[in-house]
Amino acid sequence: MNATRPIAEATEGREGVNRPREDVRGAVLLTAADIGISFGGLRALDGVGFSARAGEILAIIGPNGAGKTTLFNIVTGLYRASSGRIALDGQDVTEAPPHALAARGLSRTFQNLQVFFRMTALENVMAGRHLQERSSLLGDLFRLPASRRANAATRDAAMALLAEVGLADKADLPAGSLPYGALKRLEIARALATQPRVLMLDEPAAGCNPVETEEIDHLIVQVAARGVAVVLIEHDMKLVMRISRHVVVLNQGRMLAEGTPEEVRTNPEVIAAYLGTHGAREASLA
Amino acid sequence: MLAELLQFLVSGLTVGAVYALVALGFTLIYNASDVVNFAQGEFVMLGGMVTVFAFAAGVPLPLAAALAIAVAVIVGLLLHRLAIEPARGASAVTLIIITIGASIFLRGIAQIVFDKRFHQLPAFSGADPILVAGAAILPQSFWVLGGALIVFAGLFLFLERTLLGKAVLATAANRLAARLVGVDTSFVLALSFGLSAAIGAFAGILITPITLTSFDVGTLLALKGFAAAMLGGMGSPLGAVIGGLLLGLLESFAAGTLSSAYKDAVAFIVILGVLFVMPQGLFGRRSVERV
Amino acid sequence: MDAKAEPLPVAAAPPRFRLNARWTTLLVLAAVIATIPWFFPSGFYFRVAALVWVTALAAVGLQILMGQAGQVSLGHAGFVGIGAYATALGPRYLGLDVLLCLPLGAAVAAAVAFLVGRPILRLKGHYLAVATLGFGMLVAMVLGNEVWLTGGPDGINVQRPEILGWRIRGGETWYWITGAILLVGVWIALNLQDSPSGRALAALHDSEVAARTVGIDVARHKLRAFVISAVYAAVAGGLLALLNGRASPDFAGFLASVEYVTMVVIGGLASVPGAVAGAALLVLLPQVLTVFHDYEHAVLGLLIMLFMIFLRAGIVPGLAALLRRRS
Repeated sequence: MNATRPIAEATEGREGVNRPREDVRGAVLLTAADIGISFGGLRALDGVGFSARAGEILAIIGPNGAGKTTLFNIVTGLYRASSGRIALDGQDVTEAPPHALAARGLSRTFQNLQVFFRMTALENVMAGRHLQERSSLLGDLFRLPASRRANAATRDAAMALLAEVGLADKADLPAGSLPYGALKRLEIARALATQPRVLMLDEPAAGCNPVETEEIDHLIVQVAARGVAVVLIEHDMKLVMRISRHVVVLNQGRMLAEGTPEEVRTNPEVIAAYLGTHGAREASLA
Repeated sequence: MLAELLQFLVSGLTVGAVYALVALGFTLIYNASDVVNFAQGEFVMLGGMVTVFAFAAGVPLPLAAALAIAVAVIVGLLLHRLAIEPARGASAVTLIIITIGASIFLRGIAQIVFDKRFHQLPAFSGADPILVAGAAILPQSFWVLGGALIVFAGLFLFLERTLLGKAVLATAANRLAARLVGVDTSFVLALSFGLSAAIGAFAGILITPITLTSFDVGTLLALKGFAAAMLGGMGSPLGAVIGGLLLGLLESFAAGTLSSAYKDAVAFIVILGVLFVMPQGLFGRRSVERV
Repeated sequence: MDAKAEPLPVAAAPPRFRLNARWTTLLVLAAVIATIPWFFPSGFYFRVAALVWVTALAAVGLQILMGQAGQVSLGHAGFVGIGAYATALGPRYLGLDVLLCLPLGAAVAAAVAFLVGRPILRLKGHYLAVATLGFGMLVAMVLGNEVWLTGGPDGINVQRPEILGWRIRGGETWYWITGAILLVGVWIALNLQDSPSGRALAALHDSEVAARTVGIDVARHKLRAFVISAVYAAVAGGLLALLNGRASPDFAGFLASVEYVTMVVIGGLASVPGAVAGAALLVLLPQVLTVFHDYEHAVLGLLIMLFMIFLRAGIVPGLAALLRRRS
């Protein structure tokens, strides 16, 4: 596998197929290396790392408490790692705050929803367009034409995104009144509104029914096909095996295995520690 | 020099003990209900005023004091039952406004039932200062400090050694979990209001011979008690006590060495300084943002 | 305002509809300002109403901070005090025209808010409350204690303003001036609410974590809201001093701060017109309650409790919900 291909050439292999081609790989956009963190003496993560490439879906799996969400929180700047480095687009961003990371094209969703509950669905996505809005504070206060235009553009873009995740008809409902599955998709739409180059999804299909899972599955594949690097935490093994190109397995805060879905699926350690017999069977069916 | 320092120390601890008692009241109610009760100062006012008026009417001082505490407890329970309970589920800031309304209401009532003048109680055991190493210390200061110490110790024993106390602590730690293991959290809540009122009134009785009392002494005391509770770290009884004593000492030393007009300012500047370094106060629970 | 909560059947409608809600609020307020003088039995009522408009201006500013950005301030009257004393001290020590001191006070308040806000706004919830409380008390203390500069606890006289030789005086004149300024203030607050900046505030109000991950610089936007609301407070303070012909440390006191917070909450935290309604209520109630003589405070406290218990979302949103249920 050639990891050093330039981006233009590398993103050719994104023809929207579920299984990415093995021969062409996108440029590395996000690297986390040797990440470690402790909470009150407990080593929650130790020596964990991954690389996310443009146009590829990377899955991070592992049993509950493996440290997956903690890893997300570190990479997105919410927690500070006690060791390790994070690079976005070749630049060190280990110390960068979340909003600066977002400005560099890193966006995420949350396992335990962080929706703006007092806003409507549309406004949630509009808030996601914050970085694209070029309006000044004075313009906003006095409703100058530039501000009005920015507002209108944001509204249109947000509507389009809501349509993309299938929530167009819910646009003006308060987010607090939407069902769980819809909120999951709303968070994805909001994250997409930031126009990310790296999208980190924390259990996007958790709590969703099979139909919704299927929809989210399609959505993720489409997003990756546009050249976005997708990093995914997911418990639904079928989904992981079907759409991801590369899988990292965490167990008790450490790297257990890494490789293609096939490699991971057949790795005896993984089967023993995580998948178990049931999971292995499920994976083999996928 | 030493005498002066000792003087500041004692007067600071005396005032600080009162702040600590008010802060404890804040903490108890906050732990049980997340309500920051700005009517806390009115309990102190009630303690002083009821005692003063009962005493003036010929009731012996201990009995007058007991009566004052009883009145404050009843008011505290009513406050909980009639104002806080019906607004259950309202936002924190709504609940704060309710307690502010209650505080205005109680002040208004006090102004009608009593009057608008300042009142004093005789010191419990003589008003002649005792000279200790050159510092003149009012005997009443010992009453305040001793009384506060008894409350601290009693509260500590109650919380740590009795089943009911443990129920109070459990409710503070996690209301839902406490309810699941069978704690009657609404009883704990009522208990907290009653206890806070009693502690506040007790403080008011102890301090009145030194500082006088009137219908509107509660506002400033509530402010100081709140500040002390925040300095110590909201929710921590130990923090409330230490925050209160520290605030009293700060004010006393600032008034003595810098400027009496700006003693409150010095205290608040220190509080701001502490909060910038420790945003959860001195003993507050440090929270990791969970997402 | 409430168009937000109302589910709309058609997805395409919102932009037009929102605009209408904004203009409706402004038109209703303008209509109220224009028509109520017809019902005033005497000139005295102009002064009271002007007081309502000025107080409402400060409350609207605080609504931006508390209602839109979700940050509590228990020391907001400090900025009112800064604005008020600017009009008193500017002409005296700097030889400035008293009207010029309104923007001067606003600029000073903005600068102070910018400097103080940076560290203070890192605090959350009750800790923020106590820090702002401390700030407000500091301002009130300086105003009360620095007698050589401020005239001390009794306050200080403020010149009567003049425009091109015409003296601004009389309740009626002030009524129209303050009414117009309030209208502008409400217009700006409503603009903000429905703008990219306002959305950033609403977002960090709901979830700071999520706001940060969509690229919102939370500290910066909180600071902006703090500065904006300080400017509102300072302008209101300056007008208050001009209206009364004097400024006093009470303007900046803790009780004043608590009153502003109460106005915003009682009117409805999320609602700009709510702040106006809350201000009207809290300015007018004591005037009405004087008929109760000694019972004034007791009744005021009782009413505040009752309002908050039975209309906990606040007057304007609460009444709107009631109306909707009825229809």
